[in-house]
Amino acid sequence: MSSASTITPIDQATPVPGRAPDRYFKHQLIAPAIFLLLLIGLFPLIYSLIVSFQRITMLEEDYSFAGLANYAQLFRDTRLWQSLLHTAIITAIALPIELVAGLLMAQLFLERLPGRQIFVSLLVLPTVISPIVAGATWRLLFDNRYGPINQILGWIAGEPVAALWTVNPNLVYPAIILCEIWQWTPFMFLILLAALSNVDRSLTEAAEIDGAGYWRIFGRIVLPAIWPVMAIAILIRSLDLVRIFDIIWALTAGGPGTMTETISIYTYTQGFNQFETSYTAAMAFLVIALLTVIVTWAIRRMGLAK
Amino acid sequence: MIGSGKILRRRGVVLGLRYVAAILLTIFFVFPVYWLFTISFKTPDEIFAFPPAWYPKSIQFNNYAVLFKDGDAETVWNSLVLSAASTVIAMFFGTMAAYSLVRFKTGGENLAVWIISQRMMPPIAIVFPVFLLYVYFGWVDTYHGLIILYTAFSLPYVIWMMRGYLEDIPLELEESALVDGCTRWQVLWKVVFPMARTGLFATAVFTFIFAWNDFLFAFVLTRTEVVTYTVQVTHYFGGQSNFWAKIAAMSVLGTVPVFITVAMLQRYLVRGISMGAVKG
Repeated sequence: MSSASTITPIDQATPVPGRAPDRYFKHQLIAPAIFLLLLIGLFPLIYSLIVSFQRITMLEEDYSFAGLANYAQLFRDTRLWQSLLHTAIITAIALPIELVAGLLMAQLFLERLPGRQIFVSLLVLPTVISPIVAGATWRLLFDNRYGPINQILGWIAGEPVAALWTVNPNLVYPAIILCEIWQWTPFMFLILLAALSNVDRSLTEAAEIDGAGYWRIFGRIVLPAIWPVMAIAILIRSLDLVRIFDIIWALTAGGPGTMTETISIYTYTQGFNQFETSYTAAMAFLVIALLTVIVTWAIRRMGLAK
Repeated sequence: MIGSGKILRRRGVVLGLRYVAAILLTIFFVFPVYWLFTISFKTPDEIFAFPPAWYPKSIQFNNYAVLFKDGDAETVWNSLVLSAASTVIAMFFGTMAAYSLVRFKTGGENLAVWIISQRMMPPIAIVFPVFLLYVYFGWVDTYHGLIILYTAFSLPYVIWMMRGYLEDIPLELEESALVDGCTRWQVLWKVVFPMARTGLFATAVFTFIFAWNDFLFAFVLTRTEVVTYTVQVTHYFGGQSNFWAKIAAMSVLGTVPVFITVAMLQRYLVRGISMGAVKG
């Protein structure tokens, strides 16, 4: 395992004789972590691959091999493709809104504003709450009769509003996305505020003196400066959105019908409500494979590992 | 002179507008939290008042008393045990692994990429095969089953964050400790860990919060014995919405500890949630 290239200065500096060999020290250090990661990371991958070729359901233990039947079924399963579409819709709408709103908020708080620290501390709150609690909170807020949202809308409209936010097919997506934006815009805001604060002011001021307009300064100086941080924030948020479960589970549980079923909710339903073990394993494997490719590409692309 | 007065007035207007925007935004982001907290102090009549009561007439703790009397509050204890145990184990093994990556470049860049990519796996795809495994071992609804899962899921985060913090520690101190006759393990215990203590502390707190806030793993892998507070909250969802007081009180019990810790850790918050992308 140890090759010449892995020897670091500290190894050369300490040729201590007569001591237990330090050669395996670095492996001893990392072994427990790798073991646990393999147990929970790699094992499920292999295990679901094997199960996905069988015909197991939780009601019937049929270990005979089905070949690629489960995978063939994945392609015919319109509900699966629907759920991927729902996931894509939520991601495509929520992510840009969170990003732009977060950026605007960061701009608002970038310059001196007395009491800024208090505002920031309060604005952080949604992001640190458990998503399931956030979903439960909005479920209470959205209640058609006793919730405050319809009440406030009623004031604006001038007549009582009794919108069924978590049931009405036209309103479920706005409801989910509103909750999602509420919880995660502060996340974008915090990170972008920190990134903007680190932009070299002398550069933007010099450009201003040279007569460059706001957008020109933003596009040429500010954006390139904050991009590395922004890219990571986008990566973190998009991966979270792709696996979104908690908020939707609390608000609609995928309903009405299967209207708001995302890939995570559908996988859960297949595995734990329909008991389609082998089929769910195939689905899980598909999701893992798909995301591994995307994630590895994104991490390398952004030079995150450096 | 006339010009500067104008500019000053304009500045005042801009500042005023920024205040208005800041206050409106704060109301939007804080109101749901306010609503959740106030429901937990309301009487049933106030909760189901129409039009809604915007604040409780008096603070009463009946909703909490019910949770403690029925034993539902024990789920907060379960959350604490699971999160604390997994955080300690993950911090220990994770920091060791991070040290190995930083000082000896173990496995090179590929290993680091693989470790961080584990963090980005969708929990549902992990938890399903893990569930099958745990059924086989009889680990469903046990502390150790969930602790192992939380530990493994936290490890990439710990390794990633501690890698950043350990890079800041000067090599010379470790070298002189080695020259003084310390073993490598002693160096780790007596030099590296103490030097990285702020990073260790901040990372531990975030690792704890992530486990504390988890829903899906606990939802799939608990039945009755180790139910966490997040799962308990969903038990109150029903066709009839008469468990509002319990939903709110249980949520507040689970949320207050998080608010307190985050308030103490403001300085590390951005680094913690941005996976170390922003240092400061």
